[in-house]
Amino acid sequence: MQQGDTISAIATAQGEGGIGIIRISGIKAIETADKIFWAASGKKLAEYETQRAVFGHIVDEQEEVVDEAMVLLMRAPHSYTREDVVELQCHGGLMPLRKTLALTWQAGARPAERGEFTKRAFLNGRMDLSQAQAVMDVISAKTERSLKMATGHLSGHFSAGIRAMRHSILGQIAHLEAAIDFPEDEVDDVVMYEVENNVVDIRNQIKKLLKTAQTGRILKDGLMTAIVGKPNVGKSSLLNALLREERAIVTDIPGTTRDSIEEYANVGGVPLRIIDTAGIRATDDLVEQIGVDKARSYVNQASLVLALFDASRELTAEDEEIFSLIEGREAIVLLNKSDLQPVLTEEMLQAKTAAPVLVISTVTEHGLDNLADAIRQKVYDGGLDAGDEGAFVNDERQAEILRQADAHLTAALRTIDAQLGLDFISIDLRSAWEKLGELTGETVGEDIINEIFSKFCIGK
Amino acid sequence: MDKNVFVADSYDVIVVGAGHAGVEAALAAARIGCRTLLATLSMDNIAMMPCNPSVGGPAKGHLVRELDALGGEMGVNADKTCIQFRMLNTGKGPAVHALRAQADKKLYQFTMKKTCENTENLDVKQILIDKLLLEGDKVKGVQVETGEIYEAKAVIMATGTYLKGRIIIGEHTYTGGPNGQRAAMKFSDSLLAAGIRLMRFKTGTPARVDARTLDYDKMEIQPGDEACRNFSFMSDETTREQIPCWLTYTNEKTHKILRDNMHRAPMANGIIEGIGPRYCPSIETKILRFPDKERHQLFLEPEGLNTNEVYVQGMSTSMPMDVQLEFLRTIPGLEHAKVMRAGYAIEYDCIDPTQLKPTLEFKDIHGFFSAGQANGTSGYEEAAGQGIIAGINAAMFVKGEEPLVLKRSDAYLGVLIDDLVTKGTSEPYRIMTSRAEYRLLLRQDNADQRLTPMGRRVGLVTDERWERFTKKQAAIQQAMEYLKKNSINPTQEIKDKLAAAGIEPIRNATSFYELLRRPDVDYAKLQAVFNLPELAPEVQQQVEISITYEGYIKKQLEQVEHMEKLEEKLLPENLDYNQVPSLRDEGREKLAKIRPRSVGQASRISGVSPADISVLLVWLEQQRRIQEKKEG
Repeated sequence: MQQGDTISAIATAQGEGGIGIIRISGIKAIETADKIFWAASGKKLAEYETQRAVFGHIVDEQEEVVDEAMVLLMRAPHSYTREDVVELQCHGGLMPLRKTLALTWQAGARPAERGEFTKRAFLNGRMDLSQAQAVMDVISAKTERSLKMATGHLSGHFSAGIRAMRHSILGQIAHLEAAIDFPEDEVDDVVMYEVENNVVDIRNQIKKLLKTAQTGRILKDGLMTAIVGKPNVGKSSLLNALLREERAIVTDIPGTTRDSIEEYANVGGVPLRIIDTAGIRATDDLVEQIGVDKARSYVNQASLVLALFDASRELTAEDEEIFSLIEGREAIVLLNKSDLQPVLTEEMLQAKTAAPVLVISTVTEHGLDNLADAIRQKVYDGGLDAGDEGAFVNDERQAEILRQADAHLTAALRTIDAQLGLDFISIDLRSAWEKLGELTGETVGEDIINEIFSKFCIGK
Repeated sequence: MDKNVFVADSYDVIVVGAGHAGVEAALAAARIGCRTLLATLSMDNIAMMPCNPSVGGPAKGHLVRELDALGGEMGVNADKTCIQFRMLNTGKGPAVHALRAQADKKLYQFTMKKTCENTENLDVKQILIDKLLLEGDKVKGVQVETGEIYEAKAVIMATGTYLKGRIIIGEHTYTGGPNGQRAAMKFSDSLLAAGIRLMRFKTGTPARVDARTLDYDKMEIQPGDEACRNFSFMSDETTREQIPCWLTYTNEKTHKILRDNMHRAPMANGIIEGIGPRYCPSIETKILRFPDKERHQLFLEPEGLNTNEVYVQGMSTSMPMDVQLEFLRTIPGLEHAKVMRAGYAIEYDCIDPTQLKPTLEFKDIHGFFSAGQANGTSGYEEAAGQGIIAGINAAMFVKGEEPLVLKRSDAYLGVLIDDLVTKGTSEPYRIMTSRAEYRLLLRQDNADQRLTPMGRRVGLVTDERWERFTKKQAAIQQAMEYLKKNSINPTQEIKDKLAAAGIEPIRNATSFYELLRRPDVDYAKLQAVFNLPELAPEVQQQVEISITYEGYIKKQLEQVEHMEKLEEKLLPENLDYNQVPSLRDEGREKLAKIRPRSVGQASRISGVSPADISVLLVWLEQQRRIQEKKEG
């Protein structure tokens, strides 16, 4: 049974291995991949034969490169699921991988359920009969686990927020439906601008939540952080200072690029994931030149750049290059070695960058508190307190569901605008309401009809 | 041997009860060619309308059009006997436009009686059935109260509110059916003996007042539509005499009387035990549940041309008579109203519909079907709709042919039956458009397109109807092709014409089809300035709707297509869910109880999770391959 829809998911265990693989399976797998992948050859994947590896780039809707990737094309039935399968082997680490996954969903795939690739493989005759039991176990076990995980991830604030939105939409739907199903009963007229205001209000709430997606993800996975600066500026000392307090929780994990090591540092409650700590140590220890090329590659991977400058020396050409590297990036400029006789001042650096400038000393640890505050402020966008158990969106799936719900609400506004009628508005609102239900795991049931009868006096 | 007990006759199909479900079931079975018996406990009350005089309305009107498309009688009969027609919801989208008519009750009834009596293969008899006769898990026939036996290959129960019927008016109660008829006091016991689970439901009807005692000057007139409308695809009526309805309201005085007497309300003092519907609350319930509402509306609907009885819609009550009389007189226009019939509540036995397959046959008794209010629904239209499906499927059963199961994407009838057999119901079930997920596809204007071919397949659609249908379809097709093929260019002449018609200008060559997709363009507008072919109104309507709402319709069709695969995956009737590993306990229990016909139906059972469905799919595939190995 060839399934009608196309699914995608990250196929490699997260945090393991240098390459992240996204698998897309289904009738529209190739079409989906072609929308987000530009082959270096300039050809479309659709033009390739089966079992081919194609090199190229993942690009987003603005046609900006997200990652480089090797793509494996497997046409049905020569694949694991016996459907058309495209595997995107992405090189750039977890952040670009997530972004790429989200792109596959925007391009027409939907998130795969737990065990769904295996299920399809079996249903399409890929596996031996004796494996059926194992497949069923996998499906039920994985679903149980993911359910637990999913509900575990929902903070009280988050699910309460979603429930409140759903309740508000349900109220609107019930009113529209009551007006449709009981045109001769005394149901108050539906006032369009009220519906509109309500929808706009919910859209704003969704937007707010989506903004926290970044925060939630950072709190869960750590903020990709690059430390850059010319040799001997104190990168290694800063690293050690950041790591020191939290030494106990530092773990060496294989990083997203095969030859580097990442370490976690908890700074002011924000987990920083510092790129290539091994490299930083090596270059500083051996007083080796760190090439600007390497700095550029760090900056590109990072969500936050800590750019170090030496207060005791004049600015060099290398320093100027660092300034141009961090232009337009989330960065904090650190004027180090405040314990020495200063040659550079805070004001002189501030004149060269839009990023905040802090004076620190990695020797005396002067100013490190300010750094923690600055990082925290960046993460919480100034609007949230670290101690607040706020509502965070914490994975790409949640964000995608919110975006889709928002798209349905936008459609509702368009429908209202086009004056298409109550029943059309109801279609869009229902879609949004059902979408949001996927976040809290609530089912459709009789909710709408119950709401109609509890709110409106209807009957002969 | 009791001399009274003898086999009086043998039929293919016996229908117990001749209400709206029963007559449709019997007519369908007989028209398909089965020898059919329609058993009624009163020859004078075939297709009686014991409650309101109206037929149709949102979703209900859709049902009437659907059963008409299948070859049913309700639409035809309503067109012949109704005295007011209105299209409701015309300010909303085309999917929820709803035709509603006021019938002349007696005319409706006697016209239907005449049709039944003159249908080939159909016998109508006044007999009261006491017993269902079984042979193992197969139906054998029924036994009349006087002892004689009628044998049948299939039996359809369409017993309405008559099983152990009990009438309640205030503190006074008695056993009986609606309108002073007998109740069937024994049939329920024979159902219980057959292992069938029963429920006890309740419904009610308001008082009827004398038209001569009403002051119409104090009420608002509610006339019918000027345009002549019909339910049936086959009706050609273009003019019809129409009678208005009237609107008035309760007030604080009315409510005070009801509140002061609330302790005497049967639902408050425990006399009523059955579960009543929420959409049809009695006036006393409305006042309790919505205490802030200052007034409730009442429609006064004439019950026919040859009677002074007027139905007081909105006034359903089971209050004692003195209270009924007192509060009626507080209402503007009803100050001097004389009550001709009291309002009452009725309690009755019905079956738990989850015991049925989507064909309306009992899962555990071959050849035994159930339809209508006996399945826990309410409403003439809901009953009639189930009746025709039960009639068709009983006939298919007798003939050994494929049953007719309508999907939720096919018809409201499919939604209604799927809801009943999959989820059951805890109150008398009423169809609503909000119950349908593919509402845009299930329009009352396209019921013919959706269902005529199915009616034709089972043998209910006559050649005449089929020819008319195929002609209409061809005309739609032709019009669509014409509109797609023919374009206009932005020449000065065309620009002037568009401007004259009030249509936004075009930049490139544009087909008429594309022009019609604009929200502000309709066929008449184009026709006013361009030389377009003349279309029949119903053809033009289809063309306009399918072009204007193309985007929305396409979206819903995609959703349907997605579900279709699961709907088509049928589950074996005798599947032992204990044999399916890895199901969660709750899922297993619910699946075993409902025994769904398809994986699609299984997915709608509450308590069955998506993981259970995946497990089920894998298990089915495993079984298929084992079977294949055995055979190969």
